[in-house]
Amino acid sequence: MSKLNDVVETVTEKVSNVVEEVKAKVGSPTETSRVRIDGFTEEGENLSPLNEDSSPLGGDSSKSHSHGGGEGIPDSSRAGRTTSFHRADFGKLTGREEDWRFTPLKRLRGLHTADLDGTAPELAVVAPDGVRVESIARTDARIGSAGIPEDRVAAAAWEDFREATSVTIPADTVIEGSVTLTINGVSKDPAAQHIVITAEKFSKGVVVLDHKGSAVLSQNVEIVVGDGAELTVVSVQDWDDDAVHASAQYAKIGRDAKFKHVVVSLGGDLVRVTPSSKFTATGGDVEMFGLYYADAGQHLEQRLFVDHAEANCKSRVMYKGALQGRDAHTVWVGDVLIRKEAEGTDTYEVNRNLLLTEGGRADSVPNLEIETGLIEGAGHASATGRFDDEHLFYLMARGIPEDAARRLVVRGFLTEIIQQIKVPALEERLTDAVERELEASGAY
Amino acid sequence: MSTLEIKDLHVSIETEQGRKPILKGVSLTINTGETHAIMGPNGSGKSTLASTIAGHPRYSVDSGSITLDGEDVLAMSVDERARAGLFLAMQYPVEVPGVTMTNFLRTAKTALDGEAPSLRHWTKDVKAAMADLRIDADFAQRNVNEGFSGGEKKRVEILQLELFHPKFAILDETDSGLDVDALKIVSEGVNREHSKGGMGTLLITHYTRILRYIKPDYVHVFVDGHIAEQGGPELADRLEEEGYDRFTGANAAAGA
Repeated sequence: MSKLNDVVETVTEKVSNVVEEVKAKVGSPTETSRVRIDGFTEEGENLSPLNEDSSPLGGDSSKSHSHGGGEGIPDSSRAGRTTSFHRADFGKLTGREEDWRFTPLKRLRGLHTADLDGTAPELAVVAPDGVRVESIARTDARIGSAGIPEDRVAAAAWEDFREATSVTIPADTVIEGSVTLTINGVSKDPAAQHIVITAEKFSKGVVVLDHKGSAVLSQNVEIVVGDGAELTVVSVQDWDDDAVHASAQYAKIGRDAKFKHVVVSLGGDLVRVTPSSKFTATGGDVEMFGLYYADAGQHLEQRLFVDHAEANCKSRVMYKGALQGRDAHTVWVGDVLIRKEAEGTDTYEVNRNLLLTEGGRADSVPNLEIETGLIEGAGHASATGRFDDEHLFYLMARGIPEDAARRLVVRGFLTEIIQQIKVPALEERLTDAVERELEASGAY
Repeated sequence: MSTLEIKDLHVSIETEQGRKPILKGVSLTINTGETHAIMGPNGSGKSTLASTIAGHPRYSVDSGSITLDGEDVLAMSVDERARAGLFLAMQYPVEVPGVTMTNFLRTAKTALDGEAPSLRHWTKDVKAAMADLRIDADFAQRNVNEGFSGGEKKRVEILQLELFHPKFAILDETDSGLDVDALKIVSEGVNREHSKGGMGTLLITHYTRILRYIKPDYVHVFVDGHIAEQGGPELADRLEEEGYDRFTGANAAAGA
């Protein structure tokens, strides 16, 4: 039964929250007032303060206030976006592109302009028995089995990577424990990396990509979830402070397959993860979770795409982010496309952000395109809240010290995502990492 | 026995038009076992007094003192005041995102006592206290005050009062917005805690209604930032009949 049988349209919502208010803070000295709000002009909102007036919705078009009513209209459908294995097909990036308008190009450190011929991060795999780990050549048939780049930086990595790492969970095999790929950045020259993860039919397993060290890296991760397989992929970005990382992760979902994808972005100067899930047969079930925690100056971006190209598939998306410190910037864009043939689709996506201090910016853009009314359900939600002085006062008035009060709120907020990982050692490590993020900001 | 002593308290707030004095010399002494009702018209400064005692940053104390058994309350941070034994049941409890009631109550109890409560007893205590206040068991898993009705929020404030055992409870218009049934439930909770003998109560209210259920030993009438009249419970009865008219400037003039 369709809840939306009259709705065949593109819905674009945008929620930008900038918190620059300065109020008396409980338990700490009052700061002097600053009057500066990124992205807001006297005329109204300018969507991209990063790339100046150049964004399609920036400049004059922002004054018209409505979505797409301005001069520059964003790509009308996600389905129409350019895909190519060659960077030249995307042209030179200007920051005006719909999918780059929130990204500070200057901080990409050449990923969008240079040859990606630096030393790729060291990759070490720890895998339980039964898992096949191989180095494969560019010419291997598995390259290209799940994805085609959808932006210039991903295409550049596709052109420039030398050999790929392939992890395969063989058919009908259930893996105990998890496969961990530790990716340790050792060079700051722009580099490319390619990983293929294959869960053959009726297999079951968990694969963790654990990014550490420092790197300037563009990465393509192809994920093939075979018919009836059940795969979890967790991508942890726990980079050093100066790392720059663009990661395109493409999942191809087989018939009656289950795929869970978890993105955890904590460290790095600029991290941009673009996960996509494409249903290629009926009965697929996808869950995509994300957690990001941006400190002062960090740019953490996640752009998702769920492509309901087949009937009777289900998707759930939940991303949660916390921001603290000056110029902490997070971006979440969730595109869901329900194609004409995808009858019986059931999809819901939600993004929640928590601004812990003044001076951060969370952009949240859920997009839902529905080309058929014959669906089970489709919805999205986005909310960006502020942990403010009244919350703090309430908790402190019950005897809880200020630092503990903040920890309580953040832990409560983010635990929901961490619990989805189901790899106990990793859950524990990430819980600790979140605690450290809080402590690192001991400036309270 | 403990004593909460407020002496010649002057408090102001920052407004767009500059600094505005709200409390203009309030003196009040409350001992353990006593219930004091502060009554007064809207805008008289009743809630300011409550928030100032708890240490809300919006209010600045210009002069005067607040001491708890001789200790300078004004020198304490908000959480230190709570740990010293002061509890403010808020007029508008805020919703706290991401924190379940269970987690919140346990964390607060641990902070207040300096050690984690025994898990077995604590769970039992919380359940029993929730049942007494007719709070649904599933509230324990919900985020603090999130989506609670006005009445539910007030009951949850009193739940905390009963679990935390403060030396002094300041109830800031806990009765406002409650229907009669909820008012009875909330009042019973306050009386239960009070009857244990370890608490002094400062009951701030606009209406006399709650005084049918919580009997004050002293009644103070608050007008324009100071105490205009004090007396026993009979003063509340008089206010019930006459209202605040005789204390307000306009009516005083009209009567002249």
